Amino acid sequence: MILSKKYNTSLLRFVLFLTITGGFTACGPEILRNTSIEGKKIPITSDYATTQSIDSFVKPYREHIDRDLDSVLAYSPETLDKSKSIGGWQTTIGNLMADVTLEKADKVFMAREHRHIDVCLLNHGGIRSIIAKGNVTARTAFEIMPFENSLIVIALKGEQMVEIANYIAKEKKPHPLAGMEIHLSKEGTVIALAVQGKPVEAGKIYNVATSDYLANGGDSMDFFKKGVKSYDLDYKLRNLFIDYFKETDTIPVIKTQRIIQDK
Amino acid sequence: MKRRDFIQKTAAGSALVLGGLSLSSFDDIPETKKLTILHTNDVHSHIDPFALDDPKYPNMGGAARRSTLIEQIRKEEPNVLLLDAGDVFQGTPYFNYYGGELEFKIMSMMKYDLCTMGNHDFDNGIDGFYKQLPHAKFDFVSANYDFKNTVLNGIVKPYKIFVKDGLKIGIFGLGVELNGLVNANLYKETVYRNPIEIAQDMSRILKVNEKCDLVICLSHLGFIYANEPEKISDIVLARTTKNIDLIIGGHTHTFLTKPYIEKNLDGEEVMINQVGCYGINLGRIDFTFEKGRKKLGGRTLIV
Repeated sequence: MILSKKYNTSLLRFVLFLTITGGFTACGPEILRNTSIEGKKIPITSDYATTQSIDSFVKPYREHIDRDLDSVLAYSPETLDKSKSIGGWQTTIGNLMADVTLEKADKVFMAREHRHIDVCLLNHGGIRSIIAKGNVTARTAFEIMPFENSLIVIALKGEQMVEIANYIAKEKKPHPLAGMEIHLSKEGTVIALAVQGKPVEAGKIYNVATSDYLANGGDSMDFFKKGVKSYDLDYKLRNLFIDYFKETDTIPVIKTQRIIQDK
Repeated sequence: MKRRDFIQKTAAGSALVLGGLSLSSFDDIPETKKLTILHTNDVHSHIDPFALDDPKYPNMGGAARRSTLIEQIRKEEPNVLLLDAGDVFQGTPYFNYYGGELEFKIMSMMKYDLCTMGNHDFDNGIDGFYKQLPHAKFDFVSANYDFKNTVLNGIVKPYKIFVKDGLKIGIFGLGVELNGLVNANLYKETVYRNPIEIAQDMSRILKVNEKCDLVICLSHLGFIYANEPEKISDIVLARTTKNIDLIIGGHTHTFLTKPYIEKNLDGEEVMINQVGCYGINLGRIDFTFEKGRKKLGGRTLIV
């Protein structure tokens, strides 16, 4: 497609101008001017040969990492993809990550603080890849969670549980969520809220597992700043998933809805 | 294009006959010059191609293939600039294991000319970025991050001017708001300034003061935000500024099927391009300069 300005008319006028005033007006100095811009994208495919100097530079690093990462830990019967939502408000990969994080955090928190985790909230943007159907390795954990984020527990009051629900309703994103059920109206406002199957009580303390990124104000989850207490569990989220994959044979495909909107 | 050629020839003829100007003054200007901009964005440490069985991008990308393509274009074109719009870091174990050393070394091998900073380039902290800079044989620009009270003070500059075959190309960088996106303990004392105001200043400095033939913005602002159309993006940037010829974008991982054309404050067309992410595509923008009079104006944008 060619998009061009109406230069033809101005050119014609210019010719006319020169014709009329020719003898009296010296033409302006000629310069180099930008007359066209042509843009496109070129897909990088196997049609382009491998530049050997780059490949041989990378090779020793690649081999070291591969030895570390490629042993098979678990099996995924389906591709879990964050871009494919269930009812618009959750994804199989988000459900898995939230459920696993809640379960793992609960074990550590119970051992250390003798208390349970009530909710896990992560962020949709933090899921950086799919879990492809087939073998799951430590590399998979690196791909879905490349960040060096660690597991944090924030003790929040019931009021902030409502803020979480309102935040999710406003964001309209399938943020990974476990332990909480949000019921939305057709218009998208929160009409019911439950934590661990029970109505939320004002003033009651709820322990929410999340990442240090979100706890520190990432994705504008400002309710985390209202925590009455925070616990750094000193456990990288990626290592949490690697540990989970190691003890799991087949990854579950979790389709339960945590955020339900009236139709 | 035939019609345009005809008119141009006619115009030149009229000038010669009626103006009676000596041709010798035109002789030192060549008839045409070409400049080729090649660009990537959000490569996110993707050094190797995607696996053959990858469900999304099977067998796509790969730095060693990109390098071959770039070399091929360098052989064909006299004036090439290779740019990146940020988020070089984070996304594969290469970054987790080696902190960005490989990314910078490989980009240096490909002879990248200039890069801007994305939010993920702060992922190992501003100190982690600084530590890798000795591996980068190219510069970084960012005009709206004020690094005065950080280790990057005087290192990451607002803009850089390249001269290629006598053509003066001014390139400035713009970064996305870090607050809420990156933990403050990572970006430290970096101050984010309004990209639109900075872009207005930069484009004036480069076009008017520095008399650049081309002004390019390397942006990590994001292409557009559908849910927040007022949020600063490349589209908003194009509409609210002038004197910018090309915006090369990043951050939103937008796979444009072809470059996008938007009208600027003066009603002139600005090209915006972003090529997705992970080194899956290389963007290519060819500028043609032709001998002519300034007041003729007008140029063709082909996408």
